[in-house]
Amino acid sequence: MTDTLLRREPPETPAETGSRRLAERVSRIRESGIIVVLALFVAVTAGVQPRFLSVTNIQFVLVNTTIYALLALGETMVVISRNVDLSVGSVLGMSAYLSASLFGQHHGIPIPVVFLVGLGIGLGWGIVNGLLVAAGRVPSLVVTLATLYIIRGVDILIVGGGMVTANTLPGSFTDIPKDTVGGIPDLAIAVAAVIAAGAYYLRSFRSGRELYAIGSNPGAARLAGITIGGRVFTAFAVSGAIAGVVGVLWAAQYGTVDSTAGTGYELTVVTAVVVGGVAIFGGSGSAVGAALGALLLSTINSALYVLGISDFWDQAIAGFLLLLAITIDRIISVRLTAALRLRSTRRAT
Amino acid sequence: MKLRQTAWLAMSVLTASSLVAACSSSSSPSSSVTTSASSPAATSGALKTGLKVFVIPKNLGNSYFTTADSAKTGGAIAALDALGETGTETSGTTDTPSSQIPAIQAAISKGADALIISATDPTALCPTLNSAMKRGIVVVTYDSDAPTCRSLFINQATSQGIGDIEVDLLAQQLHDTGQIAIVSASADDTNQNAWIGYMKQELKKYPKMSLVSTVYGNDDTATSTQVTQGLLEQYPNLKGIISPTTVGIAAAAAVLDTAKYRGKVALTGLGTPDEMKKYVADGTVKAFALWNPANLGYLAAYAAVELASGKINGTQGQTFSAGKLGSFTIGADKTVLLGPPFVFTASNINNFNF
Amino acid sequence: MRLNLAEMRARAPWALRWETGLAIIVVIIGVIGTAASPSFLTSNNLFNLGLSNGEIAIMTLPMALIVISGEIDLSVSSILGMSSCLLGFLWSRHWPMIAIFVVIAVVGIAAGAINGLLVTRVGLPSLAVTIGTLTLYAGIAEILLGPRTVANFPAAYTNLGVNAVPYTGNAVTYSTAIFVALAVIFGVVLHMTPAGRSIYAMGASPEAALFAGIRVKRIKTMLFIVSGLVCSLAGVLYTFRLSTAVADNGVGLELDVVAIVLVGGISIFGGQGSIPGVVLGVLAFAGIQNALLLTNFNQEASGIVAGGLLLLSVFGRNAGSYARRLREWAPAGRRPTESPAAGQGAQAATESRP
Repeated sequence: MTDTLLRREPPETPAETGSRRLAERVSRIRESGIIVVLALFVAVTAGVQPRFLSVTNIQFVLVNTTIYALLALGETMVVISRNVDLSVGSVLGMSAYLSASLFGQHHGIPIPVVFLVGLGIGLGWGIVNGLLVAAGRVPSLVVTLATLYIIRGVDILIVGGGMVTANTLPGSFTDIPKDTVGGIPDLAIAVAAVIAAGAYYLRSFRSGRELYAIGSNPGAARLAGITIGGRVFTAFAVSGAIAGVVGVLWAAQYGTVDSTAGTGYELTVVTAVVVGGVAIFGGSGSAVGAALGALLLSTINSALYVLGISDFWDQAIAGFLLLLAITIDRIISVRLTAALRLRSTRRAT
Repeated sequence: MKLRQTAWLAMSVLTASSLVAACSSSSSPSSSVTTSASSPAATSGALKTGLKVFVIPKNLGNSYFTTADSAKTGGAIAALDALGETGTETSGTTDTPSSQIPAIQAAISKGADALIISATDPTALCPTLNSAMKRGIVVVTYDSDAPTCRSLFINQATSQGIGDIEVDLLAQQLHDTGQIAIVSASADDTNQNAWIGYMKQELKKYPKMSLVSTVYGNDDTATSTQVTQGLLEQYPNLKGIISPTTVGIAAAAAVLDTAKYRGKVALTGLGTPDEMKKYVADGTVKAFALWNPANLGYLAAYAAVELASGKINGTQGQTFSAGKLGSFTIGADKTVLLGPPFVFTASNINNFNF
Repeated sequence: MRLNLAEMRARAPWALRWETGLAIIVVIIGVIGTAASPSFLTSNNLFNLGLSNGEIAIMTLPMALIVISGEIDLSVSSILGMSSCLLGFLWSRHWPMIAIFVVIAVVGIAAGAINGLLVTRVGLPSLAVTIGTLTLYAGIAEILLGPRTVANFPAAYTNLGVNAVPYTGNAVTYSTAIFVALAVIFGVVLHMTPAGRSIYAMGASPEAALFAGIRVKRIKTMLFIVSGLVCSLAGVLYTFRLSTAVADNGVGLELDVVAIVLVGGISIFGGQGSIPGVVLGVLAFAGIQNALLLTNFNQEASGIVAGGLLLLSVFGRNAGSYARRLREWAPAGRRPTESPAAGQGAQAATESRP
């Protein structure tokens, strides 16, 4: 099994390389598109309020993004395979409370253990989602909608009216989002590394590329011998595990955790992922793009607060960006399909 | 095919309408109108027992309300138990009227004699509360008021008292000079807006202090964090922040808890001791205020039972006893005051566990 | 004698239909609810049920048609919120109510048209589009009213939340009455007109429908427009019931609407489902939540029940295919009477019966 998981693609024929390069070039253009919009936004905002680019503000934005960027990584894997995971917010909330409360109940518990507990909680729910979707053959929209309700309900039952307060958390834990190296938050560097690793996996490993195949054309994927159930299950398990870890980070960042942690995050994550170029019906997109989408949304949020513009605009802007992004993606994909088709007919003649 | 479908449709509509008709013809007037009016008359002077009282905070899952309501913290239900009534806490799960109203209606259906409510909105609950009062149910609000549709409001402290102490605490730390900002909860919160109004008035006493902005964190941790960060960037000379909401002050404290801001930007507001212990210990927050929510709930419970027993009727000047808290007098606007706000500092915070 | 599903299906197809099972469940809920609390089926409780769920129920009707046609509309709650804020905004600017109603209707139609056009003309997936418009319209709602609330609507309108429809014995709210009326209209359109059949067709197979000459794009756009109009109507009802217009009216309701539609038997893949099913779904969903409220079931866990109901409904739908797959895994050594040949023989015997 490890063999199939980690086996890399056999060498391509030149024709395949050409097509792949074209598709990749397009996705690079798409990602750079986001970077351009981001740069524009930053430039305009900094022009009006130079403090937007102050070191502390950049640190704020980067740290605030880490949560959404990580969630976007897990969500990307799921969405690429033509599924969706709406339960990430609830998983985050439960993991945040249960793992952070460990500090109060077991004094001196090592921080890595707490992270492992969070990962375990998330992985558990991810497995549930994966089983329901893969073995149960139930559409993931419905399954994760149901688990969104159920997990939040269980969390509310467990938490009751309680909360985890900052005084029970060790200083070294709450400092995790605050430590910086050369002005850049450690957390941002770590998350960037994880996302790079995730992107590499999706691009270069067989099991990663199979997710694209499943999302792109499930029937063909099955005929090609891909174990759809297994791959989809893994995608959900990973998404859940990531949400679990992010829950622990959430607790470190905010210090106080009650039963409302993470409510509504799923919507923001899906928006970030789609703005970042991942097609909602699967088959294309990249983890880097999704992370950039998360960064863009966080930046806009921060810009609105820093400019003192009523933050009531951020939702409208996010919605508009989403619609813009999918429209552009549609145009690109129509052109790209035509170009690829032309290329393959040319090769055939 | 068509016939069968028509039959289906007709059947469903018929079933639905006959269900409604059957129920309306056999309707019993809701059982809530109760026995409080016709219960064996207690000897005048003694409070009624066996009343069904529902405590309905803004939403469940908020530790402030859990402290105010539950038996083990000495809150509302502890008082109700001591008085021999049946106390139940219920509400929705989000801080909105549409989440709270079904819980209120269910309480009425379950035969409530009295409702103790922290209102999610000053007016949206009124249709429901007014119809409750018409049936003889006692409606008492606590913590957050719905001024036109209740019999009594139990106020934790006067709005003026809260507004004043917030500004005074900050002025002390700022030596009466500097820019300040407010991180509030939701813009339609009755209590928030009342307190902010008085804060602005009290500020006039300190001409060298100015309020540069009021932002809303919606009692959501992430939002409160971001609006605080935005404030710090937008106003580099900000010297102090007031956050009169427990979620807001905790979030702001987490943001300010770094070498860069600790001691340079002062923070005060309304917070619970547990949430604030870490920040008071490391100096991010020097002093903040609150009241004892459990006492608030306890007092509200006594007031409700006194009302339901007919011993008071909300007129200004009436007095009643509230068990271990002593005796209270009803003030203007059918309001009962718990007392002055309590200031927590490093010297006393560890005496409290809520 | 073994249960022969094929035979059953041939003789009494109605017994195995989703709606039948759901109807049984609704009856069971009614029984459990009444057993748990005598006030469950009283007119007063039904009235409260209608109040809290009326607008959601109304929104499920166009949603059902959209899902049957193979699309989805997640922006329903934001259109409700936007129209609520528009109502508050224009009212606070002293526009006459009739003009406000017209504007709201136009905006609702426009909002739906945007959804429809993006899906049909630009060819974007409705899931992504309506997530975008959900956010966009919620944002517009916030921009309209900002942090303010508008609560001074005339009693003539806000009595929607207080009074029942005359002659129904105080059990039927205006929103319930509107729901029933709309259910009949939608039911007739869906089940008895060619347009309705087209909707099923395009859900079952978009290409086939196109080749059959059905104007898929036009009908889908119309469905979204109708959804927008109906949801803005729901927004008006919601606002008057709570007598408050505020930016977060309706937030999160789309999940409930989708859940009800799915529980009602509409397949998420399109092409299947019925209006009676949706009506039963509304009764089941609302009934369960209300029954939980009336008993002392932990209110906080009602989400678990909702999610569980949703899962059950999807697994129930797939139960047939699970049974089949399970049978396929049965060990190879079977008794002769159960061999496929014998099975076919039995089937042939059935078919040859007069």
